[in-house]
Amino acid sequence: MIQCNNITKTYKSGDIETNALKDVSFQIKDGEFVAIMGPSGSGKSTLMHILGALDTPTSGEYILGGHDVSEFSDDELADIRKDKLGFVFQSFNLLPRATVLRNVMLPLVYADIPKEERRAKAIKALINSGMSESHFHHHSNQLSGGQMQRVAIARALVNDPSLILADEPTGNLDTKTGEVVLSTFQELNEKQNRTIILITHERYVAEHADRIITIRDGVIVEDELNKKKIKLNGN
Amino acid sequence: MIISDLFEETYSALLVNKARSGLTILGIIIGIGSVIAMVSIGQGAKGTIEASIQSLGSNLIIVMPGAQRGFGGGGISSGRGSAQSLTLEDADSIKEEIPTAQAVAPELSGRYQVTARGTNTNTQVLGTTPTYPTVRNLQIELGSFVSDQNLRTLNKVAVLGPTTRDDLFGEGADPVGQTIRIRGTNFKVIGVTQAKGGSGFSNQDDMVFIPITTAQRFLSGNNYVSSIGVQAVDQGSMTDLQAQITALLLDKHNISNPELADFSTLNQADIVATASSVTDTFTILLAAVAGISLIVGGIGIMNMMLTTVTERTREIGLRKAIGAKRKDINRQFLSEAVLLTFMGGLIGIVFGWTVSFLVSSFGGIATSVSLSSILLAFGVSAAIGIVFGYYPARRASKLNPIEALRYE
Repeated sequence: MIQCNNITKTYKSGDIETNALKDVSFQIKDGEFVAIMGPSGSGKSTLMHILGALDTPTSGEYILGGHDVSEFSDDELADIRKDKLGFVFQSFNLLPRATVLRNVMLPLVYADIPKEERRAKAIKALINSGMSESHFHHHSNQLSGGQMQRVAIARALVNDPSLILADEPTGNLDTKTGEVVLSTFQELNEKQNRTIILITHERYVAEHADRIITIRDGVIVEDELNKKKIKLNGN
Repeated sequence: MIISDLFEETYSALLVNKARSGLTILGIIIGIGSVIAMVSIGQGAKGTIEASIQSLGSNLIIVMPGAQRGFGGGGISSGRGSAQSLTLEDADSIKEEIPTAQAVAPELSGRYQVTARGTNTNTQVLGTTPTYPTVRNLQIELGSFVSDQNLRTLNKVAVLGPTTRDDLFGEGADPVGQTIRIRGTNFKVIGVTQAKGGSGFSNQDDMVFIPITTAQRFLSGNNYVSSIGVQAVDQGSMTDLQAQITALLLDKHNISNPELADFSTLNQADIVATASSVTDTFTILLAAVAGISLIVGGIGIMNMMLTTVTERTREIGLRKAIGAKRKDINRQFLSEAVLLTFMGGLIGIVFGWTVSFLVSSFGGIATSVSLSSILLAFGVSAAIGIVFGYYPARRASKLNPIEALRYE
């Protein structure tokens, strides 16, 4: 379970203080698929950085896997990211001249997984994210955008994280491929009960999730279940 | 992160930009290579000079007459070695009274026109004793050297240096038994010495050796000698021997103030030490010049690493996002720099070795590549990798993952 209690993040630039997040509190249960939606400048990226243990809040608690992460040092945060989190970025961030397999195995290098196990884990993650085996030895810069994002998803899955964070995962994809990537997330959520947080500024992307948290000017303005999808699933 | 992973990451990162890695390595190759080549040339020169000094004789002390001075000490000096103050008796007393003087060879030298059956040459004629070959490391090729018998009976016999033999009798001829004429006196050739090569000071092959007594009687017409060579028992006793010779001769010549000595002594060890310090300075100079190119190569590494860090900012951000710690990033970039210099160092050693080999085979200059210079070059190249890779690696490791991921 993920719990955010009164999270505030303040940026200082000279004498001017900007509150990117003001007293934000919410809970996400294991196995939930949540979208965090908001326009740019709303504070959703800041929230994503805190949820992703890339940054710590100025005040408040962030409890991830039973630890209060908000007071962690840089190296402790790196350990949390390594063990508990998987990231999917808008711009994929794959190593361009490395093969698909090597890209997916990269987190395992830092997790000190023995070499023999890495390959098996990476192949499993690639199959889970819907990559076909014929591409495993391609260099990642030879792939299409949709394929790259699937590799990125596999990379996020490979260390079996308790939370997957997707930051605008469809932002660099056309609508059709975006749809495929989003349905991959849905499948991972439904079939493997993965906890997923999807950060986006577009309503139709957010609507793939079960719950939508809307954030504006650093505060949560709406937190509700996605009625559309529930209705669909109900049929 | 285990070592083999680190190596794999480093290796593939360097392969991505082959041309750039190659050029950077080239800088180090040239640096290390020139250090090795230059030091080997310096060391080779040192070896050559020391060997040629040693070829004069081993553990040798040379006693030479002092300067010829006018009356009252204020007159015109005609230079060191010009005075006639040493005699055969001096040489004998050194031999008899100083036990550490293993062999004593007095010499009387002069340049004369030497003729032999239609040919002639102007060469150095050296009157000496049978101990000369021992003292001066001289070998006999044909016949024999001057004997004690020759010395006692003032025989008119001569031993030729190989160059003189070639000049007078033709190359490789056997002149033993033939006659040569020096200053109107006939000498019978009894031997030829082996070639020693030029010693840097004089050509020891272009000489005629005759008994010193004969030289005094027929050539110089007086009892003086031009120098006395004394061989010490071993290297350790040389300084001591030098002091004893000085004391003995001062006493024999009735001189109480050593400042006014009418002779001077030259210790071969001092000559070697002086020559060595000269060649050492020469080596350091060469190495310093080459070292500059090594530093330039190191700056090339730093430059490349800084560019790489900037180019791979997003990659660094990603690595951090998936769990790489500061030390992981630091190590990765440091090992890239070290691998570059290491490869440069290895190839540089081969390159430097090849250059010094070519210099000695085509340039005719002796070179010597020592293990210590290789180890030094290797250590220096690794150190350069660490020193010049440290700052870029630190910069990479300190990047904020959020900003790094956003970097365009």
